[in-house]
Amino acid sequence: MTDTTTARSANLHRLANPGRFLRFADRIYPWCFGTMLLALTAGLVGALALSPADYQQGQSVRIMYVHVPAAWMALFVYLNLALASASLLIWRHPLAGVAAQASAPIGAAFTFLALATGSLWGKPMWGTWWVWDARLTSVLILFFLYLGYMALSNAFENEERGRRAGAVLALVGVVNLPIIKFSVDWWNTLHQPASVSRIGTPAIHSSMLWPLLVMALAFTLFYVVVLILRMRSELLAARLRALGRLAVEGR
Amino acid sequence: MSPWFALVARDLQLAWRQRGDLFLAVSFFLLVAALFPFALGPEPNLLLRIGPGVVWVAALLALLLSLERLFALEQEDGSLDLLLLSPLPAEALVLAKATAHWLTTGLPLVLAAPLVGLLYTLPPGGYLVLLASLLLGTPALSLFGATGAALCLGARRGGVLLPLLVLPLAVPVLIFGTAAVDATLAGLPARPHLLLLGALLLIALPVAAVAGGAGLRQAAE
Repeated sequence: MTDTTTARSANLHRLANPGRFLRFADRIYPWCFGTMLLALTAGLVGALALSPADYQQGQSVRIMYVHVPAAWMALFVYLNLALASASLLIWRHPLAGVAAQASAPIGAAFTFLALATGSLWGKPMWGTWWVWDARLTSVLILFFLYLGYMALSNAFENEERGRRAGAVLALVGVVNLPIIKFSVDWWNTLHQPASVSRIGTPAIHSSMLWPLLVMALAFTLFYVVVLILRMRSELLAARLRALGRLAVEGR
Repeated sequence: MSPWFALVARDLQLAWRQRGDLFLAVSFFLLVAALFPFALGPEPNLLLRIGPGVVWVAALLALLLSLERLFALEQEDGSLDLLLLSPLPAEALVLAKATAHWLTTGLPLVLAAPLVGLLYTLPPGGYLVLLASLLLGTPALSLFGATGAALCLGARRGGVLLPLLVLPLAVPVLIFGTAAVDATLAGLPARPHLLLLGALLLIALPVAAVAGGAGLRQAAE
């Protein structure tokens, strides 16, 4: 009993060692990068060439293959940011703060992409670039939350303090996630309700569904790839700073 | 007197000694509210339409002004460390400071709000709901603001950072506060909006206590 508990907690904290994390990250990085390229190519071909045009929306429906995965990722990355923040505050996991800080700009970029593509789609479909509907407004607030997190976590001389202050803010902002998810059900909005995650059969034909899911896979892997790159450079920068301090003290 | 009330009383006493500052926020509030007719033109129908929203936006901005100094003075002279060492938990400390902030900044704004309503030709039926919505909403804004102020403590350029953190959190209060007055003006019941505002206040209490308390402890580390 004690043995398994120790083994499990050892397993959980194994990656807390930056050197071990870097070796692990180096090993999975090429696989993630390769799969991402394959999925992105397949997804783009499927989305732009193979899938049919919509009978109402025409060719504009193809914007959806970027818009929907980007919006999913905006929420998913924020969830990750919040989980990493929680594990930083609760267990003081040394890499969680780095992961959270590295995730934020990626999530902000996905959120911006979702807003921008939605706006491009809205002009021909709704006749306007922007409406103040509940879904759009709550995603805009998500974007500002990302910006606030990035500003706060970089605003301190002491990096650790910045990460922990940012972590508290990220956890407060989690309230927004269910609001975004259910905004299309709670309010009568212009934005259409979810059609993929409907229980039973999705309200979307399989010829449109598979490129969408492949694109979502590509976007997720893209997040993993960029996250590894950003975390690696941050850890190496921290090591450089430590070496620099040692060199100064040794002199 | 319990330590919590002593802390609130101390802040009120400090504010009273410099009572000229109390009018700064109110003057700012009135000035911001007076800017809109200059920019949009004095057409009564338009003013009536935007009036409730202007009151709320101006109140939000005026509340933000004094937030930056909420914990900064205590941190500069070191009394924050002593307060954190006292038997009062950091959570209660944040709630006490937020209470004092609302009493010295929020309450004067609420009292000045009917004046703005007058400028925007608000009909007599709207004042009661406007006051009720502000009485429920501004304490929530003070609480969210205190959370942000605790998190920003010791940050570079905290003055610019603070609105960036607090304004997204303040958006729901703004929406339901304005909706309550608009509903009354349209002849609809304002009760659901006021209930939602009350719910936001009840959410803000634990959020400010826990998150703000964590921020204060981090700042003192």
